[in-house]
Amino acid sequence: MRIGVFVCQCGTNIAATVATRRVVEAALSMRDVFHGESIQYTCSDPGQRAIIDAIQQKNLTRVVLAACSPRMHETTFRRAIAQAGMNPFMLEMVNIREQCSWIHSDIDTATEKAIDLVRKGVARVRRQTPLHAGSVPVTRRALVIGGGVAGIQAALDIADAGVPVTLVEKSPTLGGNMARLDKTFPTLDCSSCILTPRMVEVKQHENIDLMVSSEIENVRGYIGNFEVDIRRKATCVIEEKCTGCMICEQKCPSRAPDDFNAGVGESKAISVAFPQAVPLVAALRKEYCRLFLKGRCSVCKKVCPAGAIDYEQEDRFVTERFGAIVAATGFEQFDWKKAYPSFGGGLYPDVITSLEYERMLSASGPTGGHIRRPSDGAEPKHIVFISCVGSRDESVGRPACCGVGCMYQAKQAILTKEHIPDSQSYVFYLDVRAGGKGYEEFVRRATREFGTIYVRGRVGKVYPRNGKLICMGTDTLAGHQVEVEADLVVLAAGLNAAGAAAGLARKLNISYDMYGFFSEGHPKLKPVETNTGGVFLAGACQGPKDIPASVAQAGAAAAKVVSLLSRAELETSPMVAEVNQMKCTGCFKCREVCPYGAIEEQELRGGRRVAHVIGSLCQGCGLCNVACPPAVIPLKGYTDNQLIAEVVEVLREPEPASSAGASAKAVEVAE
Amino acid sequence: MSGVKIIGLLCNWCSYAGADMAGTARMKQPAALRVVRLPCTGRVNPLLVLKAFQEGADGVLVSGCHPGDCHYNEGNYYARRRLELLAAMLPALGIEPERFRYTWVSASEGARWTEVVEEFTGRVEALGPRDGGAA
Repeated sequence: MRIGVFVCQCGTNIAATVATRRVVEAALSMRDVFHGESIQYTCSDPGQRAIIDAIQQKNLTRVVLAACSPRMHETTFRRAIAQAGMNPFMLEMVNIREQCSWIHSDIDTATEKAIDLVRKGVARVRRQTPLHAGSVPVTRRALVIGGGVAGIQAALDIADAGVPVTLVEKSPTLGGNMARLDKTFPTLDCSSCILTPRMVEVKQHENIDLMVSSEIENVRGYIGNFEVDIRRKATCVIEEKCTGCMICEQKCPSRAPDDFNAGVGESKAISVAFPQAVPLVAALRKEYCRLFLKGRCSVCKKVCPAGAIDYEQEDRFVTERFGAIVAATGFEQFDWKKAYPSFGGGLYPDVITSLEYERMLSASGPTGGHIRRPSDGAEPKHIVFISCVGSRDESVGRPACCGVGCMYQAKQAILTKEHIPDSQSYVFYLDVRAGGKGYEEFVRRATREFGTIYVRGRVGKVYPRNGKLICMGTDTLAGHQVEVEADLVVLAAGLNAAGAAAGLARKLNISYDMYGFFSEGHPKLKPVETNTGGVFLAGACQGPKDIPASVAQAGAAAAKVVSLLSRAELETSPMVAEVNQMKCTGCFKCREVCPYGAIEEQELRGGRRVAHVIGSLCQGCGLCNVACPPAVIPLKGYTDNQLIAEVVEVLREPEPASSAGASAKAVEVAE
Repeated sequence: MSGVKIIGLLCNWCSYAGADMAGTARMKQPAALRVVRLPCTGRVNPLLVLKAFQEGADGVLVSGCHPGDCHYNEGNYYARRRLELLAAMLPALGIEPERFRYTWVSASEGARWTEVVEEFTGRVEALGPRDGGAA
């Protein structure tokens, strides 16, 4: 056995805190280590070349690479040693960057720790056996979850590449939050005009199966082969028959909140979400319907000319197989009411959110595009926009920037002036963040052309006085208190991931942050991947973003899906459990704990029944390894021997390095 | 140099990634911890924890995905049951229960990981090195 130890300097990322030359010297005194080398950047082309050369010249059979996290570059280096003719799994990465040099400052302590970790790595790789990846066929169909602009874009891009797509949307129509917007910054494009044609395209695309009023119930399987249960919620309307004539909505006697219009105005228990909805079908909400609440009504059934109403409808479940999944579940506005009692906490009707205001601005909105105070229907003349409500505010535990507030406030101020020429808008801001293309110019237009007054500072309190709302705040540039008398106050409430995101994250086995936003695989290099293979992210479900960024990310996710599904087969990880059938007692405790049903019974010659792991189903969690009473079902790559050796070696007090031993082997330190 | 050595048994998907994130954010930590990477806390055999104590570890810290967030759906539930039992047995083996902790840290909780390491290291340092290796 001939082990090579390569210690990466990572420029100064590692070398500034870990004395890499000392690590190499210590490594050379370890058993079976025949080569040690410190390299400036192991991941660079010359770095990888140096590793390959050393393997070939010194006939190395195993490699320990002390560098960054294996989560970062394990695949890179497996590929490199495979090029040198080695089995790619005869590599052990030792994390001396993220978990050593970057978290310690003292060179001696960090170096000592790095040496311990290398000793651990050597111990582990000594017990490593060559592994060979298997392969599984790929299901050539993609699932897109969420029908907002990101989901629409992802579905269309995947479908255009000839891959069948199922698009699942929980509400009765496509469109998401973008459909609620009136205009878009910084061009003032009409949101519906650019979005609704894309919605229609989805509906008409031969490769897209659109499922509205549907939710993900359960996800099983793994990359290339997911099995997903989809709940098709009962809407009491037969989608194929409904023509979207809206007669039911007109005649329905049961009032209900208007979800599409962000609660501005009212809707009916049976309704079409909005006139451009796709598909253009009605849906009935039982929780507001007189028939379901009081047992008498059925007006909609009587008036429906298409016979599309079916009160007996129940939730249906369909199960489909997919090779890849795109989550595009978007965002919702943070509920500011509890966190901001100083703004009335919802008691003052004329304090509204920016999304509610957006619906007022929209010509197809509940007010027909007329800005009206909710309290008395009067046209407001003085409008105050307050930014960063529930964002950039540590006092309510929400430090993140919402990313879009500054821009849509400028847009809303401009639109306000267009709607009511004799109005005056004020924006209370912390900083104007206008980083996108054409954004800064747009904000300047809001002030110069449209006369919006920007006041730098937070509003501390909003209270009513003589039919007006007094906004008390600080002008931090002028250094004095200000009071603005407003007719209407619009809050730029921060963004969260859509409410159901955390539940979906669990089903998809992906992680999420304190706002519910899904975590990408790597903040720089894997912006649309997740840590679960085959699951990708698009749009604001991953973090606040504006429309162009959502569309761009959706396109990127689609490209990833298409490239994944262009393969007929996928390699599976060989780090799976394997039963030593000679020693298996046939108790099947392993089968009880296996989350994947990967363990089956096999009969040996002579009739003894033993366990067998189905390699393509095993995901390598190692639960069976621990549950097995005689300990005869090792998880390859994480065997008991390997783990015990790691623990033992890392705790062993190192003997003083024998200088004779070290000099017998060549020390090479590339400067 | 504090003189204590702590073994960390971390799942690859949540806590190991969280520890990486703490590093990427350059959050300084005490250096007594030596991390062993595992696919899942469900792969942690309680005997491995005892082995660590037997070999002279002054503390053992196990960390995985939050309940409900396990990469393998339910591995951390098995871990919780096994490790809870183990914790109850430690005093009988002459090991102060404060030297053992299992917790959950997600991939996005770099700051929380740093707090866990600081808290646990402080706790083990206060107890000092274990006298005698045998458990």
